[in-house]
Amino acid sequence: MSDAAIRVRELRKAYGGVEAVRGVSFDVERGEIFGILGPNGAGKTTTVEILEGYRERSSGEVSVLGHDPQSRARDLRERVGIVLQSSSFYPRATVREAVEHFAAAYAHPRDPAETIVLAGLAGKEDARGGELSGGQRRRLDLALALVGDPELVFLDEPTTGFDPAARRTAWGTVQALKDLGKTVLLTTHYLEEAQALADRVAIVKDGRIVAEGPPGELTPSHARYRVSYDSNGRRVEHVTDDPTDLLHRLTSDALARGERLTGLAVSRPSLEDVYLELTEEAP
Amino acid sequence: MSAAALAWRQFRFERRLFWRNPSAAFFNFLLPLVFLLLFASVFADDEDQLAVLIPGIAGMSVMATTFSALAFNVTFLREQGVLKRVRGTPMPPISYFGGLLGSAVANAAVQVVLVVVIGNLLYGVDWPRDPAALVLFTALGVIAFGSLGIAFSHLIPNFDSAPAYVNAVFLPLIFISGVFYSADSLPAALEAVAQVLPLKHVVDGLAGGIVSGEGLAGNLTAAGVLAAWAAVGVAGAVRFFRWE
Repeated sequence: MSDAAIRVRELRKAYGGVEAVRGVSFDVERGEIFGILGPNGAGKTTTVEILEGYRERSSGEVSVLGHDPQSRARDLRERVGIVLQSSSFYPRATVREAVEHFAAAYAHPRDPAETIVLAGLAGKEDARGGELSGGQRRRLDLALALVGDPELVFLDEPTTGFDPAARRTAWGTVQALKDLGKTVLLTTHYLEEAQALADRVAIVKDGRIVAEGPPGELTPSHARYRVSYDSNGRRVEHVTDDPTDLLHRLTSDALARGERLTGLAVSRPSLEDVYLELTEEAP
Repeated sequence: MSAAALAWRQFRFERRLFWRNPSAAFFNFLLPLVFLLLFASVFADDEDQLAVLIPGIAGMSVMATTFSALAFNVTFLREQGVLKRVRGTPMPPISYFGGLLGSAVANAAVQVVLVVVIGNLLYGVDWPRDPAALVLFTALGVIAFGSLGIAFSHLIPNFDSAPAYVNAVFLPLIFISGVFYSADSLPAALEAVAQVLPLKHVVDGLAGGIVSGEGLAGNLTAAGVLAAWAAVGVAGAVRFFRWE
């Protein structure tokens, strides 16, 4: 048995004749935030739902906290918290009732009142599920996933539909999970989210992992620095593998003409470049 | 917590929330009572008609509180993602559905008692002649209709269409099963249909318990048909269950 929280080898899942997941392998170490990033329909949710025990795989090996999730062992469900992509709870139950009710299902729950605060719902204890805003309902999802004090938390697109401020708050909560020593598997189609939260990222496309590593170390096959400046009222942009020569030439020419390069900016290749390069459709 | 303790907890949770849902409370309790009061007032002087109507409404209530209510509920819970979410927790499915079913059974029991009490106090129908038979056929009815309701929810594509699906079964069934008038007055073909479906047998069994004093021995066929439907319902509920 490996020490990794999650171990996936050559995972495949077909629906009818269509393969949604086509041979995915990765490990998630204990205590890390692992992001699965990809466009809609790339197979993110299918992969995560197999790990959560909701779907049966077609082939491959999967181990979650030492269990095969397909066995649906109660011990595994005691140790895992799940935030589904879309779900809700009894709309007429209050936040407190819902969290306390879920807590009872676990052998070693976290204190419900404290969990509500951790999820960012302090002051909403007596609000009914149906009265919460979209973002608050998502936080209730999170509270229900955390009340069992899980070692491993699955977050399937936790901030889809959030405004930027709510997203920042949610990111703070995910960071807090890491500080508590939890392992987090996160899916997202937001680059900034993967960049801000994940220790390591796997980029998936068409059911395959096309790149994997810490977000800062993923680089496109061509370095693609972007050099841009204003010239005669419009923005000029160059893309280059090596900005040194280019900058030298640009600045020398400008100085020779007695001009300034206003608005000069040099940007390093970002996760976005990697992502776009890897996920763009073949011509 | 043991599976039984969790089922009890789920039951209490369902009871608490039931009373916060005015439309569920209305359809479960008030509607059958409104039917009872309207029809019974028409037939108030006709003892034979009341003898049909009281067990008839009691049987209809058993079906409404279990079959209809659970078909609605489970469809709603599935559509809302509640079932999927519960499946992701250590809560054993037997505890969850035990609590859900228990809540429906509590409604059925309360409703049957209400119908019998109203029948006695307002319309002078005697107290049940054979209370044991009344309990037995109520129990057979809730098991059959409860499991059939959960099984039936799997055929309902979404919550918006649930009333149409449920009423397409419920309304014809109450009209051919001797709820408002004796099933003997039906055309033979309809009566034959009613004979193979469960509601008529619940009504017959309840009539035995409330009116004629005929116990299980007098209604063995009814008990057999209900047991068969309960087996179909449980098998269907388990075999075709969809969490999402």
